[in-house]
Amino acid sequence: MRFVDEFRNADLARGLAAQIAALAEPGRHYKIMEVCGGHTHTIYKHGIEDHLPDTVELVHGPGCPVCVIPMGRVDDGIAVAKRPGVIFTCFGDMMRVPGGDGSLLDAKAQGADVRFVYSPLDALKIARNNPDREVVFFAIGFETTAPSTALTLMRAKAERIKNFSVICNHVTIVPPLRALLESPDLRLDGFIGPGHVSTVVGCRPYEFIPKDHGQPVVTAGFEPLDLLQSIFMIMKQLAEGRSEVENQYSRVVPWEGNLKALEVLAEVFELRPYFEWRGLGFISQSALRLSDAYADWDAELRFEMPGVRVADPKACQCGEVLKGVIKPWECKVFGTACTPETPIGTCMVSSEGACAAYYNFGRFARSKERAGA
Amino acid sequence: MAGLEQEVLARIERQRKLRPRWRDERITMAHGAGGKATHTLVSGLFEPAFANPQLAELADAAALDVDGARLAFTTDGFVVKPLVFPGGSIGELAVNGTVNDLAMIGARPLALTAAFVLEEGLDGDVLRAEVQAMATAAAAAGVTVVAGDTKVVERTKADGMYIVTSGIGVRDQRAELGVTQIRPGDRILCSGTVGDHGTAIMLARGELELDADIRSDTAALWPLVDALLGAAGAGLRVMRDPTRGGVATVLNEIARDADVGIVLQEEAVPVSPAVEGASEILGIDVMTVANEGKLLAIVDPAVADGALAALQELPLGEHAAVIGEVADEPQGMVLVKTAFGGTRIMDMLIGDPLPRIC
Repeated sequence: MRFVDEFRNADLARGLAAQIAALAEPGRHYKIMEVCGGHTHTIYKHGIEDHLPDTVELVHGPGCPVCVIPMGRVDDGIAVAKRPGVIFTCFGDMMRVPGGDGSLLDAKAQGADVRFVYSPLDALKIARNNPDREVVFFAIGFETTAPSTALTLMRAKAERIKNFSVICNHVTIVPPLRALLESPDLRLDGFIGPGHVSTVVGCRPYEFIPKDHGQPVVTAGFEPLDLLQSIFMIMKQLAEGRSEVENQYSRVVPWEGNLKALEVLAEVFELRPYFEWRGLGFISQSALRLSDAYADWDAELRFEMPGVRVADPKACQCGEVLKGVIKPWECKVFGTACTPETPIGTCMVSSEGACAAYYNFGRFARSKERAGA
Repeated sequence: MAGLEQEVLARIERQRKLRPRWRDERITMAHGAGGKATHTLVSGLFEPAFANPQLAELADAAALDVDGARLAFTTDGFVVKPLVFPGGSIGELAVNGTVNDLAMIGARPLALTAAFVLEEGLDGDVLRAEVQAMATAAAAAGVTVVAGDTKVVERTKADGMYIVTSGIGVRDQRAELGVTQIRPGDRILCSGTVGDHGTAIMLARGELELDADIRSDTAALWPLVDALLGAAGAGLRVMRDPTRGGVATVLNEIARDADVGIVLQEEAVPVSPAVEGASEILGIDVMTVANEGKLLAIVDPAVADGALAALQELPLGEHAAVIGEVADEPQGMVLVKTAFGGTRIMDMLIGDPLPRIC
């Protein structure tokens, strides 16, 4: 396919792989974290790890927006979805995420009207077409998806669509990165910066990582060659003793971000004092809620929700996986009690989740490599 | 460390091979999607309840030997929405789906029965058009519709109409098909572009605001099967039509049932540019998308070239390709060699194909 195949060229990949291998110091083990779930997906889907030397290890970070939603929030969503007259809308892979008692898919099977949409604008359209129903959108995602929620809310306000509201679970990228870097059990050599998030926030917010923690960050695109090139750029910084923020994805990511989108976010949202992240616990100023000007469209104010905090299942080690402290296969329930069909932790739900990606795509290749090593 | 990871992975493999038990509290859409949930329902509930050797094969159709006659017998239900879509309609599917299930066990289709579940208020012209579509498809497939049944349910209790067809056929003498015939080194043939039907339906529902000229591939496959039997004879091991759950699910079933590994070359799998583009945009893996006019065949490597040529000679098999081969290991798994030079596992479809968020 044109404009895609160019970024999946196996010959170029082998060239880059050789350069990466040449940069690796003998005897040194490198751990590089890709923050974004989309990157994790690309890594497994195309088998990128097959191109890397054994000493360069990729650690899958907390950037899967589905994976970080705590169970209590899912339960709140389900409670709203089950109200008579409600049409509940969300992104596709959110529907499988288990709450304290079942998922949105289960709620659908029990009679709730739950529909998946590709865009919050589709949810608004459903509201327009069903004026006698309450249409609720379960908003998730980082700064990537937040602007589209914001624009939808601005349109709802402009058109005075009253039967539409949003449960806002939008999160921001920098606070969890800070929390990760400050966690004592973490040992990383560099970061592959999130691409889509950076189209909105730009590269500047990551400058604290080299400055305060001495680690390189390279913002990367989502095609396999993008990822290999950013790994090469990180290895080059390490080899030359530099640590900076670099932008591999400059064809899409402006250094300063998208000012228009940031303005929209500032108008529609405000920071929550704190928010719970699945596996990572409470992180201050890490999520968004609707600003007072949009309170009329805030589903959290419109509907009564249980709002109960549900502790992560004891056996589940999503938090350690998200922090890169353990590999998916090192989790006690991985692949036995917790599988993509019956996920316990959210890392297993979304195909972007570190565990699901490893289970679906990476398991065999990794085991062969280990056996050979 | 290495040993531990091996142990964990080995434990998962053992778990995967156990007969699934069905203990779901209620039916969800995933049970009808043809992937893992369907597999669990069939193997965990239906098969043990009706236990018999024909059903245990879990093939597309049952092989019955009656007084020396080599029969094939099968049934299929059709609940597609919308009723009419680019490239076909429910009536055409109801004929082709069932004759193809017969063809997949090497049987020439003879006759069908049809049961109609109609919704109160259904437009008479809509029904007339579908019945006509069935008649046309039956004539094209060389079968007769010899018996039927009609039921009407109240408004909102069905999406216009559902059709259930059963079919009977006679098994060809030229090959004895079955997963036990599969050997490492066998080649895997795909009769044409994959993902057309499922993508056409997704777009026809009009919920995605994505327009593309993608048509369902619904077609009767017996002519392709006939050509394969002629070219490969006893070298033809097994055939499947990758309907719900797509190529990924069918190949996983074969790998598991035959206790072999399957290695696919991603680049070799034919996909039309429009379908490839749509699945890229929608975040859906084309390997898990349904087909209604394609078959996968596993053949002896010695006859693979001839079998491929025989397929390509027919209009339905114009884009046929060898997409991979059977290997000793990893048993029960399907591996994909990616165009990028890596390897990944291809598992069955899990749940409904839900798009990824970003």
